[in-house]
Amino acid sequence: MSDDLTTPTRAHTMAWPLGLAGVALVIIGSFLSWSFDGGILGDLSINFYPGSLQILAIIMAVLGLVLLLVEKGPLKKPLGQWLDATLGLRALGLTLTLYMVLVLIAISVESDGLINVNPGGYISTVGAILLLVSSRMLPLRQLRDLSQARLPGWAEILAIALMMAAVLFGAAYALGLTDAWAFVLCLVFITAVIAVLFRTGVMRWFGHVAQRHKKVLTLAAFAVAFFFPFTQNGSDANMSIATQVLIFAATAMGLNIVVGLAGLLDLGYVAFLGSGAYVAAMLSTSAFATIDWHPPFLVVMLLGAGTAATLGLIIGSPTLRVSGDYLAIVTLGFGEIFRLTMFNLDGTNGPLLTNGPNGIPGIPELEIGSFNFGDSHVVAGIELGRFANYYFLLLLLLAFVILVFARLNDSRIGRGWVAIREDEKAAEAMGVNVFGLKILAFVVGAFLAGLAGTIKAHQDVAVSPDQFIFLESAFLLAAIVLGGMGTIAGVLLGATILKLLPEKLRFFSEYRLLLFGLLLVLMMRFRPEGLVASRRRQLEFHEEDEELAVAIESELVEEAK
Amino acid sequence: MTVTDTTATPAPVFGAPVLEASGVTMRFGGLLAVNDVNLTVHEGEIVGLIGPNGAGKTTFFNCLTGLYKPTAGQVRFAGTPLPPKPRAVVQAGMARTFQNIRLFANMTALENVMVGRYCRTSSGAFTSVLRGPKFRREEAATRTRAQELLDFVGLGRSTEHLARNMPYGDQRRLEIARALATEPKLILLDEPTAGMNPQETRQASDLIFKIRDSGLSVVVIEHDMRFIFNLCDRVLCLVRGETLIEGTPGEVQSDPRVIEAYIGTGEDEDEDEAAQVRDTTVAEEEGKS
Ligand SMILES: Nc1ncnc2c1ncn2[C@@H]1O[C@H](COP(=O)(O)OP(=O)(O)OP(=O)(O)O)[C@@H](O)[C@H]1O
Ligand SMILES: [Mg+2]
Repeated sequence: MSDDLTTPTRAHTMAWPLGLAGVALVIIGSFLSWSFDGGILGDLSINFYPGSLQILAIIMAVLGLVLLLVEKGPLKKPLGQWLDATLGLRALGLTLTLYMVLVLIAISVESDGLINVNPGGYISTVGAILLLVSSRMLPLRQLRDLSQARLPGWAEILAIALMMAAVLFGAAYALGLTDAWAFVLCLVFITAVIAVLFRTGVMRWFGHVAQRHKKVLTLAAFAVAFFFPFTQNGSDANMSIATQVLIFAATAMGLNIVVGLAGLLDLGYVAFLGSGAYVAAMLSTSAFATIDWHPPFLVVMLLGAGTAATLGLIIGSPTLRVSGDYLAIVTLGFGEIFRLTMFNLDGTNGPLLTNGPNGIPGIPELEIGSFNFGDSHVVAGIELGRFANYYFLLLLLLAFVILVFARLNDSRIGRGWVAIREDEKAAEAMGVNVFGLKILAFVVGAFLAGLAGTIKAHQDVAVSPDQFIFLESAFLLAAIVLGGMGTIAGVLLGATILKLLPEKLRFFSEYRLLLFGLLLVLMMRFRPEGLVASRRRQLEFHEEDEELAVAIESELVEEAK
Repeated sequence: MTVTDTTATPAPVFGAPVLEASGVTMRFGGLLAVNDVNLTVHEGEIVGLIGPNGAGKTTFFNCLTGLYKPTAGQVRFAGTPLPPKPRAVVQAGMARTFQNIRLFANMTALENVMVGRYCRTSSGAFTSVLRGPKFRREEAATRTRAQELLDFVGLGRSTEHLARNMPYGDQRRLEIARALATEPKLILLDEPTAGMNPQETRQASDLIFKIRDSGLSVVVIEHDMRFIFNLCDRVLCLVRGETLIEGTPGEVQSDPRVIEAYIGTGEDEDEDEAAQVRDTTVAEEEGKS
């Protein structure tokens, strides 16, 4: 990189106008027709009336323009020394080009062949390529440390609010897309924006702001989650996916205590979710329920969670005394044994509890007090249906799990877990109750999964053994690894990605496992600490990186002040 | 070679025995790493443990602290037998440092010491999640105590530094602070000055005196003879797992067998130490108290 930092050459002086030309071409092209066929991708065929995909291209081009102006122009003075516009432009150039190429492919796939692409599409593509080329020619610069950038407090909180609003809007928009290609393109757009935010350093600044206004950020995040159902206008399709995401996220967050905090590898975690679900199903008023006792749901929740926790204790006690690898194998086995047991408690092979492979269908809607979760309600003129009801309950559950996670992490117990991960022998020699803390993580994790399971049973209407296969445990683990072990934001992100993408990209379903496998391998190679990295994991995964350690240390010293 | 030395009776200034290890033996397959070693440590006493490389000093520490389960022998602490379990040992009041530093590398200095407080605090999962006043009080007390201990060992200004970034000498002192956080009556130091320069070594000496003066007993393993003879009230020399001699620094120093033991191993480093044993003058020895 150092050769880029030399004095301006001819390429450098040419780069800027070239980039400007690229931006102009993208915008002009987007106002022209992209596609001959008006029936695809939300109509891109009318001149001077851009469709939504064209608007996304325009937004990206405007972003490019802003970055160019930071590079050299009126925005250079206030922002030039903070933002790395060049790296941002490189990321944008690449993603915008990818976006346009995918647009061309999408048009030729959805209607017949490249012949259907109109000149506007080509103009925008050429513009994107110009921007890409110009960004490669721009020189890199030395910048000031963004962590020292300070805005007034209200402005920082405004930034948080804007960010959250963008997330809410983006999520609602992306979920509203029914066309798979349009969804993929939207993902590329989101990737482009995020990549620019990361590469310019805005994200790092945002990280510091978030650190300073932790409470505001948490509140804002929950507000966004809370208002999401109101943006769906009674549509069940997305709300159903959203509840799936929430239950997956809550379960993953519970597993995060076991894996992320205590550092234990649990490959059969879904069995604990299953035991909660089965307890709720057997005690429900379903015609297929096997136990003729129907306590109030709060009791059911405690019973389900308690059952899961007891199982956790039984599995954990003998295995947690030996080293980690055994635990992985034993939990893997336990997951299978659980599934097979549920399969066989059908009245012929064992006592009649689970109806075997048929499971327990027809579980009625939840009823807490006089509130029936099947009923729709109209709040502020917006209809909130059955899924919205479960959504709010699950949001509460998720908040509870996050609370448990965060508070345990920041306590004597959390410190003990870190010490165990760092050096188990030394921790033991310093009087840390290694075995007890491992059991605790295992049992708390199981308890929370059991809790989630009791709600899941009602929300899914039926439980059967095939809901609790090993693959589900693997996905939960993948969500944690992908998002960032031991973090809250990361695991929420990972869970959302892993649950949302397959729902939206059904045409990928055959390649789903292949893609996730590939994704995980790439993650492990390039960013083992996950998308959102906790400081601690970053340090753990980069034992050799002195610079990183020094940088993190200076942040710690800064925060302590 | 069995213990023949009967001059081990301690000076009457020391209090009751804290640690009484008798007949401690550790066998690794065919190797007798520690063979029938006895050691009594009294309140307020600093005992040195010396011996050439591979003599079994660290192994003996591991037997005392429950990291190894001794093949034979008994360890009594403050009058009661001690089970060979690290946690029970710490709980009873015996803490240690490691020859090859074993800090929690990715934690800050303060967090390292706070982990040491684990066994003296009691907030459980419920308390931690509910965050009642008791939790807050205990957490604040842990933090304050950890900071005090960092000040005590002279790391008061490195609170937020990551253990892995700290200089070698500071890491050794941090290990001592972490051990002290467990509120021990007896602290075992395994080569606390290894890798230190002379100035740091002097500071370490002062620190150990300070620890003793605060009411603890100390057992220290060291290869630096000047350091040991200057510091200790009593010295035990191990050779090939057996006690060669136990006595005051003066007695051990003037015993020809000790020099012989070091020279006998034929290693350069050990010969240096043998030379040190010879050179350490009685004057130095007297100047200490
Ligand atoms: N876990 C073990 N398994 C097998 N042999 C061991 C083990 N630990 C120590 N030993 C052996 O026991 C002997 C004594 O080792 P120990 O580490 O106690 O020596 P030491 O006196 O501390 O030496 P140094 O001054 O080099 O630290 C050595 O021969 C060593 O190889
Ligand atoms: Mg040793």
